[in-house]
Amino acid sequence: MASVAATFDDPFVPAGTVPAIPVADIAPWAVFATLVALIFLYFVSTEQGAFAVFKGMYVHEFVHDGRHLLGFPCH
Amino acid sequence: MTKHLLWRGMLAGSIGALVAATLALLFAEPSIDAAIAFEAHRAAHAMSGMADEELVNRTTQKGLGLYTAMIVYGAALGGLFAIVFAAAYGRLGQLGPRSMSLLMALAAFVVIVAVPAIKYPPTPPAVGLHETVRLRTGAYFAMLACSLIAAIGGITAFRRMAGRHALMDRLAIGLLAFIAIVALLQALLPVIDEVPGDFPATLLWQFRVAAIGTQGAFWLVMGYAFGRFAERLLLARNGAFQ
Repeated sequence: MASVAATFDDPFVPAGTVPAIPVADIAPWAVFATLVALIFLYFVSTEQGAFAVFKGMYVHEFVHDGRHLLGFPCH
Repeated sequence: MTKHLLWRGMLAGSIGALVAATLALLFAEPSIDAAIAFEAHRAAHAMSGMADEELVNRTTQKGLGLYTAMIVYGAALGGLFAIVFAAAYGRLGQLGPRSMSLLMALAAFVVIVAVPAIKYPPTPPAVGLHETVRLRTGAYFAMLACSLIAAIGGITAFRRMAGRHALMDRLAIGLLAFIAIVALLQALLPVIDEVPGDFPATLLWQFRVAAIGTQGAFWLVMGYAFGRFAERLLLARNGAFQ
């Protein structure tokens, strides 16, 4: 591990006074970020495809190219 | 600490998405245009005089629409990436922040892009039946979930063997566990075979290479940028500026 760090000039830097970030510090952000990310990802990937929150096809057509390129089933 | 990493993850994800969207505009859009032309040609033959009303024109779709979709996707996945980094850093071996970030981006590309694409590759417009969109969406997300479960299985196997086996053996067994779980679940998921017989094979290939390349660029730029940001943050926190 030390030789890897030396090769890439990338040594391990402890996260503050402890080597790893405590779970209690991560948990609330993990839950919140996951919820928000899933909502946004839903609108990019699936809205007005297999499911629809809003009527019409505007969201689908707007993100159309991104949806195809990111590999989500589009239409 | 996590909140500072979260910001940087979203920023790195947005940067990666900007680069990826620009590459997509240059290299993938020509094949999307060609696929749409193929679709329009076929539709014109099937029912003449019934042209589709364009809700969003092509210029918006491949400009603002493409960039918006990519940046929302990038920022969301960048944020999640930062959370995983926060949990993994210092726990999966004592790797430096830049190496850790790049390795994680490589793993994310394999788990989120490559493995689902082996079973359900990205498809251009004109490929895929309207009636099966629910089945295809369900199958795609099931594949994605399976890939994530397999990755967690592989990492668990890797961690369980700590101290008892050599690093290379642990890596090999972890990877083998991942591949075995993926292969089993891919065999169980339904086969989707909806490419029209007269769709040009070369166009399909070009679209898929461009789509996977776009996502590869996203993960590479994101992983590199996030590693840089995380390194600076960690060094500042430790008061170890040189």
